Amino acid sequence: MALGRLLQRASINQISSRIFPAFERSFSAAASPSEPIRATLFPGDGIGPEIAESVKHVFNAAQVPIEWEEHFVGDKVDPRTESFLTWESLESVRRNGVGLKGPMATPIGKGHRSLNLTLRKELGLYANVRPCYSLPGYKTRYDDVNLVTIRENTEGEYSGLEHQVVRGVVESLKIITRQASLRVAEYAFHYAKANGRQRVSAIHKANIMRKTDGLFLKCCREVAEKYPEITYEEVIIDNCCMMLVKNPSLFDVLVMPNLYGDIISDLCAGLIGGLGLTPSCNIGEGGIALAEAVHGSAPDIAGKNLSNPTALLLSSVMMLRHLKLTDKADQIHNAILNTISEGKYRTVDLGGNSSTTDFTKAVCDHL
Amino acid sequence: MARRTPSLLRHLFRDAAGIVSPRSPRGRAEARRFVTYMPRPGDGAPRPVTLIPGDGIGPLVTGAVQQVMEAMHAPVYFETYEVHGDMTTVPAEVIESIRRNKVCLKGGLRTPVGGGVSSLNMQLRRELDLYASLVHCFNLQGLPTRHEKVDIVVIRENTEGEYSGLEHEVVPGVVESLKVITKFCSERIAKYAFEYAYLNNRKTVTAVHKANIMKLADGLFLESCREVAKKYPGIKYNEIIVDNCCMQLVSKPEQFDVMVTPNLYGNLVANTAAGIAGGTGVMPGGNVGQDHAVFEQGASAGNVGNEKIVEQKKANPVALLLSSAMMLRHLQFPSFADRLETAVKRVIAEGRYRTKDLGGSSTTQEVVDAVIAKLD
Repeated sequence: MALGRLLQRASINQISSRIFPAFERSFSAAASPSEPIRATLFPGDGIGPEIAESVKHVFNAAQVPIEWEEHFVGDKVDPRTESFLTWESLESVRRNGVGLKGPMATPIGKGHRSLNLTLRKELGLYANVRPCYSLPGYKTRYDDVNLVTIRENTEGEYSGLEHQVVRGVVESLKIITRQASLRVAEYAFHYAKANGRQRVSAIHKANIMRKTDGLFLKCCREVAEKYPEITYEEVIIDNCCMMLVKNPSLFDVLVMPNLYGDIISDLCAGLIGGLGLTPSCNIGEGGIALAEAVHGSAPDIAGKNLSNPTALLLSSVMMLRHLKLTDKADQIHNAILNTISEGKYRTVDLGGNSSTTDFTKAVCDHL
Repeated sequence: MARRTPSLLRHLFRDAAGIVSPRSPRGRAEARRFVTYMPRPGDGAPRPVTLIPGDGIGPLVTGAVQQVMEAMHAPVYFETYEVHGDMTTVPAEVIESIRRNKVCLKGGLRTPVGGGVSSLNMQLRRELDLYASLVHCFNLQGLPTRHEKVDIVVIRENTEGEYSGLEHEVVPGVVESLKVITKFCSERIAKYAFEYAYLNNRKTVTAVHKANIMKLADGLFLESCREVAKKYPGIKYNEIIVDNCCMQLVSKPEQFDVMVTPNLYGNLVANTAAGIAGGTGVMPGGNVGQDHAVFEQGASAGNVGNEKIVEQKKANPVALLLSSAMMLRHLQFPSFADRLETAVKRVIAEGRYRTKDLGGSSTTQEVVDAVIAKLD
């Protein structure tokens, strides 16, 4: 029995040391600002290039020590990755450890993997972090939202393992493993501690799916024991949905398996104003962080200087926080919030009539 | 109204010939009994209804319903049975009683988390084949919420999907759970949803799915919905992915009318819709099958309550009262149903007697007394 617990602890520590080695490296990188940190940038399609320009502009104005390596989605399938993303692009993210990704239009056709799937599998992105907070000055029906959803990104209901048993009967497998659940729980508590959050809530449906969500909960409880200063609670998902729409201030950090995470993170994005304002960051093995904008590529307004760069800007702030460049991150974050709350420069989707460049200039002025 | 296409007429003739079809809880003809305007002699005889008080706040709110029924002299009498969430199975006598009476009113049953007992709610639904779960979420006048013009009916498949309970541990540390979708169940829930929309003058049916990821499983569900949609050309049909659906529900809920969903998504969507329209304490609902109907508080969140509410007796009886009004319609006592609903709506509109989840501080008994006082 004791030996079993010892082995369990050893496995947790093993997983932690595999996840977080890059943090030591990024600490030392921040200590010597003279040497710029290299980061990969995928501008993406549609409005992607414009908003990526916006980010570069703001970073220059704030003198952030980041050197961008731009990569574009190719127009033919790379056989090494089976997708339109080349091996070089992926290698660059692995080398640099951080990346920023704009919206990518999914190419239609067969013979290649979807771009998101490629990134996820090749970089081992296991956790999707989405902080949702009400933007002051942009009024939605909910004013007091301040929560973070952390979603397990690799298994669960999205394993893609389905088959037709007989005609008219289909089975789909939901897989939960101890390793993946421990990983994401570790990250959730680490994130909560690093960002000064008080509470972590695990969202589940273990009263019906006893073994699967039960395993997820067990892993969360084990990790919770190691962080006694953070309150840990478990909430059933239907309760969670109802509480979120009635009183979102009840939640702080939410950690969930794949499907629930998908639904709840989009629900929370809806509470604060939609995907056009929500930042997101994917955490991978070895401390890789790929921040991304989760909205679409909006081909109808591409090139017209009308797009809203807020989502990508806030995601880049998340990237800076991951790199421990917290003062620069706070500076840019406050500039963005001040610009939006002032209300003078707002892009079309927020109800104003400024262009992308005007908005960017206003953010730079607020720095 | 649906246009009378030949296929639709054939469909209706098949039903009239006595092939039983799913029933809407809003009172349609029972099998082999025609709806007539004039009550026939003996229709006023009291009907037996099985009553399951349940756990937590269950006894409190079912007691409230009993009091109001007494005050109205409604032609129902209750056969009460004790069932608790930690029993291993629903007792045979309870199932027997529901099969006999065909109608049941139920408080919440607490399902233990992670334990070895399978959910009694699910067992009941499978035994009696209650395949459609219905939640009607609407804004109540006088109850301020963040969203206006909400009037959504969520129809959720109740027997299969993610809640099949088929799980096993492959190797230590790896667990699998099966989600089963069959054409038979998807078709009948789609048929139920479209019939409900047709009979209740609803304009749109929306199917909620995640078929971009679960292509075969939710794909089968969507196929069945599309096939049924062709038979109801007067009703608009569209599809929405579940994460987009939740986002739209919190920003623009007025675009939804009737929603048909598989099991898990239905649970989430129903609770979200209930939350935006005023909370699960006020939304009525029920589980309907071929021959039986079980009415309970609409959405499942919080239907057992917590100890504090039980102690202070401050549970909200409105949801169960409105569900019992649906039950009265199902039993074909529309005037009693109307009286009950009007009284409840008046109490809410007035705003003096409200329980804690609606922003007030009354006890259950005070709300019940107010409803009885407002009965006419």
